[in-house]
Amino acid sequence: MRRVVVTGIGTVNALAQDVPGTFAAFRQGRTGIGPLGLRDAERLTIRVGAEVRDWDEGRFTPSELSLYDRVTQYAVVAGGEAVAMAGLSGPLGPRAGVILGTAAGGIRTWEDSYRAVLQEGKNRVPPLVVPRLMHNAAASHLSIRHGAAGPVLSVSSACAGANHALGLAMQQIRAGAADVMLAGGAEAMLCFGGVKAWEGLRVLAPDMCRPFSLGRKGMVIGDGAGVLVLEAEEHARARGARGARVLAELAGFGMCADAGEIVAPDPEGAARAMRAALADAGLRPADVGYVNAHGTGTLLNDRSETLALRAVFGAEAPPVSSTKAMHGHAIGATGALEAIACILALTEGLLPPTLGFLEPDPDCALDVVTGKARPARVEAVLSNAFAFGGLNAVLALRRA
Amino acid sequence: MTERAEIEAAVIEILARQLLLPETEISPEARVEDLGLDSLGKVEAIFALEERFDISVPFNANEPDQPDFDFSSVPSIVAGVERLIAAT
Repeated sequence: MRRVVVTGIGTVNALAQDVPGTFAAFRQGRTGIGPLGLRDAERLTIRVGAEVRDWDEGRFTPSELSLYDRVTQYAVVAGGEAVAMAGLSGPLGPRAGVILGTAAGGIRTWEDSYRAVLQEGKNRVPPLVVPRLMHNAAASHLSIRHGAAGPVLSVSSACAGANHALGLAMQQIRAGAADVMLAGGAEAMLCFGGVKAWEGLRVLAPDMCRPFSLGRKGMVIGDGAGVLVLEAEEHARARGARGARVLAELAGFGMCADAGEIVAPDPEGAARAMRAALADAGLRPADVGYVNAHGTGTLLNDRSETLALRAVFGAEAPPVSSTKAMHGHAIGATGALEAIACILALTEGLLPPTLGFLEPDPDCALDVVTGKARPARVEAVLSNAFAFGGLNAVLALRRA
Repeated sequence: MTERAEIEAAVIEILARQLLLPETEISPEARVEDLGLDSLGKVEAIFALEERFDISVPFNANEPDQPDFDFSSVPSIVAGVERLIAAT
């Protein structure tokens, strides 16, 4: 079976608009969560989020802007950084593809259009609304910009979108359907309607995300994108002279469904997905030195995920952190941001911390990395994602 | 001014609809836990109360003791709704 390696990463998120800035924030333990500046925020009950601030739309041409919702803008900037880091250039051709996760797609374009016709009483919307808001817009524009003419699609599995995208992209390479895949996720749900919808569920924290901590009050939504360049190992090695650096191996993927509740997590399903990822990677639980948890900071997830981790790893579970208290819960993009956090752990031997932690919760008896990054040489890591809909997707990464 | 009896009847009606029970099976003293209402049913019931009385119920599913709104029984919900109506 072909081994799949990561040769480039790129991101836009609330911490920074590139990988060096994001790594710096992970090292420093800085949060991107703050007061929401979006339109009509004063009508929201929840007014915090991890927004991408000072975003410069001037980097795009007017014709690009008429086609690029914010979700596409984040994806193409993150993708551009990842492709440049991988040392790839020119049309990538039919042996390259793109798979991106997104939950809400071009939700801002939906919102702006409804505002125009319903609130402002207009009788028309801009002509490119449909290609702007479609869920596959971000994946398609990455494909167009880089000439990736192989397998291209978007996946939508709520909070597990990016993990599913990365896992499916890995499988395309293993199966021989592609040599290079740009994979990850993009989300731009921090608009009035997006937050209003989340408020209804009563699971958002009013102040801060506090994963695994006593006193946690829920999740905080984030925006952003993360893109990883995945390559067949022999393809990356063959062009090694042109500067391809292998950052890590994407070694395993496990996915399954709870087939139970629509929003309540099931520890049994989470454990099955972790075990499947370990088996797919040929790893034993004892090989894993760090888990980037789903860790949403809700009462239910953190308790359920703890049970699942204890079931898989026993009393000796590896150190765990949730980086969502830094970049927010970026829904369909969050798995890609967290895979990038895992790459920091593997390449620099530094486990990114769980911010917002107040005190240990007896229901979350884990070795939680809190406060500041913890030095630790790790050979392999897991990255968890457990979505509404009962969809579980876990990635296993190994040191290159 | 909304009468207490009217609020109680609305609370029972809304809970009954979520639980798929006849209203007669929910006593005015019933505890929510004993009725078997799940977390989604709870947020839907709260939304229905907000719509019925034009109030905003402070409720976060992540706070087990619910410091801002006691949703544990029919009387506590009625009292909470009364307070919110009075405050508007």
